[in-house]
Amino acid sequence: MLAHYAFIGVFFIAAASFPILPLIGAYFLRPSRPTEVKLDTYECGLEAIGDIWVQFKVQYYLYALAFVVFDIEVVFLYPWAVAFNQLGLFALVEMAIFLFILIGGLVYAWRKGALEWV
Amino acid sequence: MNILIMVIFVVLAAFTLAAGVMVVTVKNIIHAALWLIASFFSVAAMYLLMEAEFIAIVQVLVYVGAISILVLFAIMLTRHVTGEGVRQLYKRWWIALIVAAALFGVLIVPTVFNYEWAVQPSGAQISIASTVEIGTAFMREYLLPFEVASVLLLVALIGAIVIAFEERSTRRRVLTLAEEVEQRRQRNESLRLAPTTHASETSE
Amino acid sequence: MNMVDAVPLPWVLAVAAGLFCIGLFGALSRRNTVGILLGVELMLNAVNLNLIAFWRYLEPNVVAGQVFALFIITVAAAEAAVGLAMIIAIYRTRLTVNADEVDSLKG
Repeated sequence: MLAHYAFIGVFFIAAASFPILPLIGAYFLRPSRPTEVKLDTYECGLEAIGDIWVQFKVQYYLYALAFVVFDIEVVFLYPWAVAFNQLGLFALVEMAIFLFILIGGLVYAWRKGALEWV
Repeated sequence: MNILIMVIFVVLAAFTLAAGVMVVTVKNIIHAALWLIASFFSVAAMYLLMEAEFIAIVQVLVYVGAISILVLFAIMLTRHVTGEGVRQLYKRWWIALIVAAALFGVLIVPTVFNYEWAVQPSGAQISIASTVEIGTAFMREYLLPFEVASVLLLVALIGAIVIAFEERSTRRRVLTLAEEVEQRRQRNESLRLAPTTHASETSE
Repeated sequence: MNMVDAVPLPWVLAVAAGLFCIGLFGALSRRNTVGILLGVELMLNAVNLNLIAFWRYLEPNVVAGQVFALFIITVAAAEAAVGLAMIIAIYRTRLTVNADEVDSLKG
């Protein structure tokens, strides 16, 4: 089994070296003459305004939260789906209960207005 | 071939531990979160090396894909705008270092290396538990924990929304770009300062 | 050709122990509460590594090790979600995320 994943390892190393090697090469080849204008933040050619670290809205967090919860739900769905043919109706009912419990959370978030982007 | 696996394991272990050290020592908390992602990734590779394919995929899916996003958003929501240069460790951090090092060197490592583990003999024919078996186990022996996990996720979702959600009336408004420019201009005028380029002062 | 023949079990456990102790140090010494949570996540990862190692080396045909690892991942996600929400709520009222500055319960 490990031999199959060796391909992924080779791909990973190749993909990682793709950006890293040119950057290393450029580091040795390029001349370094920094001026203030060159080191300035590039923002579509305009002068950069304000801080980089602006305050984010809490909506971002709530969306990420819903994403995490349903991501884990999907993690539980995978083995169930793989084993589904051997399990039958009982498993279907069990998974329906599992999903219904979580949909309760989604309904709560919706009713509370946590998913509104205002 | 065994040598190759051992080399891969040692490289992965070294990378995991190095990334872990970066997580706890690096000053910028965003960089700490990014090192944590690197550490998660190499732990996933170790799972793959131990032939726990499903857990490795879940590790990437949940930790690398979801939890790290959550952490990064939380950092961006809570970061002091001028928080750089603040002390990151407690003054008496060396006590924590002694406790952790003692736990590792005195308690765990001697125990682990001295105990006689009943490892499967190398020649034996073993059948590794597959994803199908995980699925059937969820529907049979672990049915109750499975449903309780669903309730736990529900509680986490609702609890986190209750704690983090802010009614619209009490919410502090995020300034638009135009308002921020205006505010900055007024501040500069009141201080009688020439407008400067801001890139140099925001870079760390 | 597999990991059991190539790497002895105590090595894997030692790596997991190292990761756990690094996480412990982070959780004990960082002032930033998000940093504390990152340390806790490292510790949970170490526990999972331990579980998978025990499963693979000692009982590879029993499914319990992987199932437990899955449940720990679930619990870790729930813990991170609620913990970070609390950090956001604390930041909103006190404008700090440093654990030693949130001390209004201190006598």
